[in-house]
Amino acid sequence: MRPQFISKKVGSIQFRVLSPKMIKAMAAAKIVTPELYDREGYPVDGGLMDTRLGVIDPGLVCRTDGLRLKDTLGHFGYIELARPTVHIKFVRQVYDFLKCTCNSCGRVLIPQKDIKRYSDTLQEIGEDQSVQAQRRQVREIVTKYKGKGKCPHCASKQGKIKLEKPYTFHEEDRKLSPIELRAWLERIPDEDLELFGMNAVAIRPEWMILTVLQIPPVTMRPSITLESGERSEDDLTHKLGDVVRINQRLFENINAGAPEIIIEDLWDLLQYHVTTYFDNTVAQLPPARHRGGQVLKTLTKRIKSKEGRIRHNLAGKRTDFSARTVISPDPLISLNEVGVPKKMAMHLTIPERITEWNKAYLLEFVNRGPKVYPGANYIIRPDGKRKAIADFTMDEITEELTEGYIVERHLLDGDIALFNRQPSLHRMSMMAHKVRVLPGKTFRLNPSVCHPYNADFDGDEMNLHVPQTEEARSEAEVLMLVQTQLISPRDGLSVVGSIHDAITGNYLLTKELILSYPESVDLLYSCGVSDLSNLAKKEKLDGKEVFSALLPTDFTFFGKDKSGNEVKIINGKLKSGLMDKANLGEESGLLLRNLYSQYGAAFTADLLGKISKLGIAVLLRRGFSIGIGDLDLMPKTAELVKQSINDSEQKAFDIIEKYEAGKLPALAGRTVQETLELRLLEVLNKARNKSGEVAMKQIKENAALVMARSGARGNILNIAQMSAITGQQALRGRRIDKGFTDRTLSYFKKHDISPAARGFIKNSFKSGLDPAEFFFGAMTGRDALMDTALRTPKSGYLYRRLSNAMQDLKVEYDHTVRDASGRIVQFKYGEDGFDVSKTKAGSIDVKEIVQAVIGEKQ
Amino acid sequence: MKKEIESIIQSYADKLSPFLIEKATQEIPDSVTKKQATQIMDTLVASAVVATVSPGECVGLVSAESIGEPGTQMTLNTFHFAGVAEMNVTVGLPRLIEIFDARKTIKTPMMEVYLKEGKSSLEQIKQFAKFIKETLLPEVLKDVTIDILDQKVIIEIDPNAAADYSLDTKEIAKILKTKLKTFSVVQGEETDKIELSMKSSKSENLKELHNIKVKLKKIKIHGMKGVKQVLPVERNGEYVILTSGSNLKEILAMDDVDSMKTTSNDLYEIEAVLGIEAARSAVIEETVKVIEAQGLNIDIRHIMLVADIMCASGQLKGITRFGVVKDKSSVLARASFETPVKHIFTAAMSGEIDRLQSVVENVMINQPVPLGTGLPSLITKMK
Repeated sequence: MRPQFISKKVGSIQFRVLSPKMIKAMAAAKIVTPELYDREGYPVDGGLMDTRLGVIDPGLVCRTDGLRLKDTLGHFGYIELARPTVHIKFVRQVYDFLKCTCNSCGRVLIPQKDIKRYSDTLQEIGEDQSVQAQRRQVREIVTKYKGKGKCPHCASKQGKIKLEKPYTFHEEDRKLSPIELRAWLERIPDEDLELFGMNAVAIRPEWMILTVLQIPPVTMRPSITLESGERSEDDLTHKLGDVVRINQRLFENINAGAPEIIIEDLWDLLQYHVTTYFDNTVAQLPPARHRGGQVLKTLTKRIKSKEGRIRHNLAGKRTDFSARTVISPDPLISLNEVGVPKKMAMHLTIPERITEWNKAYLLEFVNRGPKVYPGANYIIRPDGKRKAIADFTMDEITEELTEGYIVERHLLDGDIALFNRQPSLHRMSMMAHKVRVLPGKTFRLNPSVCHPYNADFDGDEMNLHVPQTEEARSEAEVLMLVQTQLISPRDGLSVVGSIHDAITGNYLLTKELILSYPESVDLLYSCGVSDLSNLAKKEKLDGKEVFSALLPTDFTFFGKDKSGNEVKIINGKLKSGLMDKANLGEESGLLLRNLYSQYGAAFTADLLGKISKLGIAVLLRRGFSIGIGDLDLMPKTAELVKQSINDSEQKAFDIIEKYEAGKLPALAGRTVQETLELRLLEVLNKARNKSGEVAMKQIKENAALVMARSGARGNILNIAQMSAITGQQALRGRRIDKGFTDRTLSYFKKHDISPAARGFIKNSFKSGLDPAEFFFGAMTGRDALMDTALRTPKSGYLYRRLSNAMQDLKVEYDHTVRDASGRIVQFKYGEDGFDVSKTKAGSIDVKEIVQAVIGEKQ
Repeated sequence: MKKEIESIIQSYADKLSPFLIEKATQEIPDSVTKKQATQIMDTLVASAVVATVSPGECVGLVSAESIGEPGTQMTLNTFHFAGVAEMNVTVGLPRLIEIFDARKTIKTPMMEVYLKEGKSSLEQIKQFAKFIKETLLPEVLKDVTIDILDQKVIIEIDPNAAADYSLDTKEIAKILKTKLKTFSVVQGEETDKIELSMKSSKSENLKELHNIKVKLKKIKIHGMKGVKQVLPVERNGEYVILTSGSNLKEILAMDDVDSMKTTSNDLYEIEAVLGIEAARSAVIEETVKVIEAQGLNIDIRHIMLVADIMCASGQLKGITRFGVVKDKSSVLARASFETPVKHIFTAAMSGEIDRLQSVVENVMINQPVPLGTGLPSLITKMK
């Protein structure tokens, strides 16, 4: 790698319109012939592939700068247009000028004495709103004076200007040719241009009528050689070929003194080609096509849209030293680590510069070569030349290696890499991990970081990037390492936390397990705890005591667990409460948040790892599994559930009866039918909850319930649906509606409004659904699928707009929030200047501070 | 609380936000000594300093992420039945988009009307609700006929329905008189009938008569324009009128209305009636409502920042290419959003200069971005 010193920086970019003079001055060649290559396949001089415009063939040399393919940037050329043509993108502006200026003297149609009066307000509009608004204002002012139909400066008569789209202008009924247009625009004096918000240095209005056309360099429109040896030219080259061809024909006809009609026709054709060269999607014009009928992709389309130059190539970058593969879980590696397959580690490299202190160390890598891990793939000489390390170059390379050389060595354990999963919706979607080279072919990650990435292991793939400079590495390590991202800037809560089995295990441990001392020691040691001084030396140990052995001895915390019991941790001892999702899980509770603020990032990350391992170790020893039997109801319970369902159904029938008897009172602001539906939905929705509750009371503790109670996976409702009743299916907040035929399915009678005919599923998933029920279930299932499919692009667009609008807002050194131009948006960020990710759920815990100072009184 | 402790707390007022001072006043018990109070306040200041944002932090992007990311978890369901007796309101993602777009016309405009204390009993609320509900002519009509022979439109009023709005035929005729200038309105011989005929007695007025029949359907005879539905409900022990359709200006002008509490969910209306600061807090409130209804948790700072950027120009602007993005100083930043070609051409015409001060421009030309660690630079003397 060459030493990289940024010595120059782009300060600003000015946009302006090229004058014909400038086009000619910057051109390397004048293009005069539509031919591309001669018989030998060599680019023709004065053709569109002229070697003065750059080269795209290996072996050829650019005649302007003498460089070869890939080194030469290419150069612009130009064509002299036989007759002027209108630039399609400036039609609106030309129209404005014609409307607002005099046809003979070119002055703006506002009396001299009033110009001054308006110029300031116009300027202001231009700055406050936009140039377009300014021009609109000029138009309005001019229409005020135009009633007289005479120029206030030279008193000549003004006709009405009409634009016949796309690019033909008429004054009264006389067509204005581009030559006349240009002459008119030339007459407009510089000082009047300012009224239109134009800078006379940047643009003269007559430049909007083209007399010369700039030809982009060959390198910008490379041709590709097909397998058959045939050349296929770029769409732009095709279009330019059309322009040149017609232009030459027009020249010839003019010189030969052809009749006016022929010249007019050719002129029109030239105008068409020049127009479609700029924009092939002009509303009134048929788009130019390939012979096959495929629409040409010309300049505007190249720039526009997601696949255009701006969003695809300029705002989006691609990198080397990146990798992608399937992810799989590994609870035994640290939160901060990522498991990288050895094969990948041998391709991803890190450049290290040889100094007198590490020469021997790096030489070992070079000696092992690219095929033995950990080796090296390339060396880079001080002059920037890159050399591959191979068996036959090995001796030569080891010979010449000295200080100043750079060795690209294989990835090692502990190197920093960026890890990312799309969609990258927040900054935690891309975090730095420490590399851990492992056997296998997948990336390994700790299950606790699944949540910030929103990853699971059903085939998800993730990307890895290896930073190549020391600055990038240290920045990644200090600012992006997983442990620095534990607290979400969205709500000030922890984004990582134990999941699934890790929660179940801790829940069971703190809830019911009693262990012997050796068992406890074994358990703790297996999750990486070697300091057992925290563990009480007793015959029998409570699970809570085992868990407490992980906590620091001066940690005090009060909170709530999932079922609402108080969690008390006093001086590192868990006194009451259970360790469930409300405390260990992500985005819930302050246990992890408090650990983080008291003991720092590294400690929290480590402790979380230990807690997770403990949970898994508990399950490993205790055993934990789920089966179909877990959903069985005891006969007595089943009876009760049935009773409860029948009760609810009966209630629904009662309401229906009342309705049919016309005795149902309507709710305020609703019709009787609406009231009926609402009441029924309410009753039937309650049916599921009620029978679920009944079932829950009777079911003895089983695996499914433990998971739901601890928050590890699933909820009570899921269990109720599986074992008791699936419940009312609702579509857009109402029961399944009758279709066009007054019934939901032909299985039912018409106008049947009983629960079963409107999507009430009495069966449980375990007992099995009948066909009609299954169909209703499928309906709501489909609706849910559609909802997600429609929501994703909508929310994606909202996000894109938000981030585009707000990306340049930053906190300045004076703590104001300003945008890029220095405009103040907030005087103090969030009105108190707090960074959400440094707060506890958005604020500072005053109570905790007070308690800490005046001492605990529990 | 002891005075001296309170004065200790107050002496920190310039170092802490009012919220924290208030919180401290609440939390610090009377029993503390002066020394302890000072210690508490000092710790508080220290934690406030720790929690302060670092200069250069790209808070805008963080806010955009914080709102955009949970957007994927929101429901798309437009309508929502929150309980049995509530109004239909747009919720979830569609409403969020509506707010951030700053749409001129929203799907379900709505007001919450509170009445002044002492006038807000259930009976009064119900009466008031009826009073403001927009009532159109058809609601009190029994029949409309066109008398072709005499070229008249004869309207028959349902006196019972009219009485509900404390109107009688005479009064309705009066209203019609002011609304229909080109017609002469005569109360017919039968008391419940009103006859309409053209003032200028040209022949061939049949078409006009038909038109007037259609027009009659839209004539407001009672209540407030735009208030299509009213629903008195109880909320936290208070009676509130929910209306569908919004007319904030008129409702606030009414004597019995508690103008401090009454709100609308139409942002533009709030901006027009109450000004930009009110619009800003309306954006915040409405957004919070959506987010809370979805059970999501987003810090209010992020929502405030969005509201602030929408209102920073003094006018409510949506986060669209016509609103906030249009005001950006950088050509390339605007071009990278939407309609790049248009932006480049307008920039070229006024010779605009892009000073590369924001993010995308620098990404485009491969330069460090002026945010975070890209912000500070070192100046050294080279020898």
